[in-house]
Amino acid sequence: MEDLRTAPPPPICDADHVRGDAAGTAIVFYADFTCPRCALAHERLTQAGAHVAFRHMALRAKHERAVPVACAAEAAAAQGAFWPFADALYADQGRLDDPHLWQRARDLGLDVERFDTDRRDPLVAARVKRDTRAALAAGATTTPTLFAGKGPLSGVPHSDWLAQLGYDERVRIPKPR
Amino acid sequence: MSILPAGCDVPPFTLRREDGAPFTRDDLAGRTTVLVFYPAAFSSVCTDQFQIYEEVLDDLSAQGATLYGVSIDQTDSQVAFRESVGTTIPMLSDAIPQAAAAKAFGVFFEPTGVANRALVIVGPDLKVQWSWEGEHPGILPGANLIFDGLAVAS
Repeated sequence: MEDLRTAPPPPICDADHVRGDAAGTAIVFYADFTCPRCALAHERLTQAGAHVAFRHMALRAKHERAVPVACAAEAAAAQGAFWPFADALYADQGRLDDPHLWQRARDLGLDVERFDTDRRDPLVAARVKRDTRAALAAGATTTPTLFAGKGPLSGVPHSDWLAQLGYDERVRIPKPR
Repeated sequence: MSILPAGCDVPPFTLRREDGAPFTRDDLAGRTTVLVFYPAAFSSVCTDQFQIYEEVLDDLSAQGATLYGVSIDQTDSQVAFRESVGTTIPMLSDAIPQAAAAKAFGVFFEPTGVANRALVIVGPDLKVQWSWEGEHPGILPGANLIFDGLAVAS
């Protein structure tokens, strides 16, 4: 049984899914592929070119596909395609059933049979669960939750928050009216 | 009014279980209980709260703790809420007399007339082992705080 007492998010390591400007401030992005707010956060972080480490915060009660889709993303990662698969998931959250996942795998040129085996691997489920529990221990209370040095940001990152991290030159996000 | 601190005896109270049966102080005896006071069924913060707590129920059980949601909502509303957020956490209604338990535990939020968001861990000896109350109902205590509280209580 893992310890769920308050603890900072684990440091970014080789096992994380990382992209963006490695010279920029690192952002640990706990998110769920079924969550619309996470899709918007993903878009803004991508647009900003932010240095992001994606981790799962897949809550069973939130959406029945949260955990299965997170596992599918890990299966894509096993073939070196985490980010293209993640981009494809967030681009169309209305299609998250198994046939849609297989189609995405095909579109990305993945070995679909291997993909389908890998996404059901208990080690993959354990990875997703470990990420989620680390998020909860770090005090995450909603999706998405982002950590970047200071306390967590709950919800979609706005341009001011990104600008404070040094991503102001590349961010072109209109402020809410 | 402020929340009962650690060491206090749990006051007498009567809540209603989902089947209408009473749930009283005596039901807390001999086990560790986490009472989750929340303001209102179907609020977005309450939804997030119970969905993250659902994720850790096995861990709470492994520590011998049982968790209940408590609000001033009627039972029908609580059950509909519980089902809508996909949680198995049992609900206790503090509707009649309204907010009596919230007041007894010191978590009644006067400005809006509901229970504030608060956590109370009660030990088998019917004493408060640990408690937490937000500055206002919009503050959501993470699941980590419950485990911090259990660690302090043990």
